[in-house]
Amino acid sequence: MKNAIMDSLIITKRQLMQLARVPEVLIFSTIQPVMFVLLFRFVFGGSISTGQPGGYIQLLMPGIFVQTVAFTLAATASGLAEDMKKGLIDRFRSLPIARSALVVGRTLGDSLLNILVLVVMAAAGLAVGWRPTSSILNILAAFLFLLMFGYALSWTGIFAGLAVKDARTVQNVSFLITFPMTFLSNAFAPTTGMPKALQYVAEWNPVSTMVAACRQLFGLKNQFGATANSFPSQHPLATSIFYMLLIMVIFVPLSVRKYKNSSN
Amino acid sequence: MKSVIAEHLTKSYDKGSVMALDDLSLDVAEGTVLSVLGPNGAGKTTTVRILATLLKPDSGNAQVAGIDVIKHPDKVREVIGLSGQYAAVDETLTGWDNLVMFGRLYHLGRQQSINRANELLERFSLTESARRPIKTYSGGMRRRLDLAASLIVQPKVLFLDEPTTGLDPRGRMEMWGVIEELVKGGVTLLLTTQYLEEADQLADEIAVIDHGKVIARGTSDALKSQVGGERLEITVDANHIAATTQIVEKISGHSAHVDSAIRKISAPVSTGAQALMDVLRALDAAGIHALDVGLKRPSLDDVFMALTGHVAEEEPKP
Repeated sequence: MKNAIMDSLIITKRQLMQLARVPEVLIFSTIQPVMFVLLFRFVFGGSISTGQPGGYIQLLMPGIFVQTVAFTLAATASGLAEDMKKGLIDRFRSLPIARSALVVGRTLGDSLLNILVLVVMAAAGLAVGWRPTSSILNILAAFLFLLMFGYALSWTGIFAGLAVKDARTVQNVSFLITFPMTFLSNAFAPTTGMPKALQYVAEWNPVSTMVAACRQLFGLKNQFGATANSFPSQHPLATSIFYMLLIMVIFVPLSVRKYKNSSN
Repeated sequence: MKSVIAEHLTKSYDKGSVMALDDLSLDVAEGTVLSVLGPNGAGKTTTVRILATLLKPDSGNAQVAGIDVIKHPDKVREVIGLSGQYAAVDETLTGWDNLVMFGRLYHLGRQQSINRANELLERFSLTESARRPIKTYSGGMRRRLDLAASLIVQPKVLFLDEPTTGLDPRGRMEMWGVIEELVKGGVTLLLTTQYLEEADQLADEIAVIDHGKVIARGTSDALKSQVGGERLEITVDANHIAATTQIVEKISGHSAHVDSAIRKISAPVSTGAQALMDVLRALDAAGIHALDVGLKRPSLDDVFMALTGHVAEEEPKP
């Protein structure tokens, strides 16, 4: 067990070293979310009336945080698929290390990267007017929450990477899933303007419950239309935790098993 | 004492539609080199993957260094080294980073991992490029680093899956030199290759496989003698081909093979140099000037042709 943890950490360290050797990756993975912050803030910010003190940026930041961690799925999946293609997975599998080490190590590494990205985004947000009003404890809880969501999704990425095996394809597939999911939600615009049926879909969407939970933790009041009295709207935090657990319960064993049986 | 034993291995892919291994058995004596020779798709890589615990066979048994591969894969992993067709190292990291990381994954201490990395880099002439990312390495350097990574803890058995595929002639020669050094050090080596020359050069024994079965095994010499003795080869001007063929066939006693494109006539002979002399005299008497004359021992290509009825490289990739 001790060795399994050590092995995982060595794999995590490898990812950090990759970042040190190829800093471009880090730069580009932080530029994109910062760009989103600025674009949404200044392009849509003026035309979406929020009824919130502090304007659109207060609503936007939780949304964009969730979107960014949701993209962990793609990052994990393509990183793993790349390792498979290069035959690196075979090497790891021929070593006397815990079978779970490579996948656990990678999910941890991607979470560490998320910490960095979130810090940079928060700084960008603060610079353009984002002001969370809750206690520091709640704010930290929100970030912890975001990291947990990213971690859970990175296990779906492990599964996707092992299943698809091609970095480019799996990245495209992941975006095809995460993009509609982040937009069919309350992340960037209130759901109140959507057709009623879509409002219900959006409301049960894990991205929405995550965003609503983060808004709560950052001290904002959530706005709901047709779905104001439904369970996820009333209890976004609990629903989000349920979703994360559900994802982990399904995808951790599934991914580890797939990894054990994977042969390129 | 056998270091590797594979018994009646079978493995099929795609729900049985592709038979990769079909009752394959082989063994490698401790401290010797066995070359598994076969065309693409013959089952070489599948064999290595099963022995290196990456793949489970559908049926059959295998032992490496006396340990059951299927029952105790973890124990097997502690005593083997594997270097595959592709350089399986992290390309964004430097050679040094990679070796230290693998050292740590073999549970060597930090300082020990560093020492071992330096030692191996030195041994494989990679010290100068140690601090450069692998993606800047040449093909040959990558393979050497990959090989070094499989030697972090002195493996009892080393598996090299097509170690020189895709390398240029110089890279191949360098790799052969490195492998020969290793063999002198006493490692048991199972090497797959589709190059007949490579098997000839490196192996004590050769197992020829085709369609997932061992179709012949023995030393290079023994395999060659299976095909028959030497062949006489004569190249002449185009207008002398017919006459020369007659002479050759008379002396050989067998029908000759004529390759008109390169104007080469060849036929098996049993009397070696004597036959060569006889042919030369007969040609001289007939006033035919031979452009090239030779007595050729059968190559492994001939062996393959004789055993399988097709040329080694001809098999399409699956």
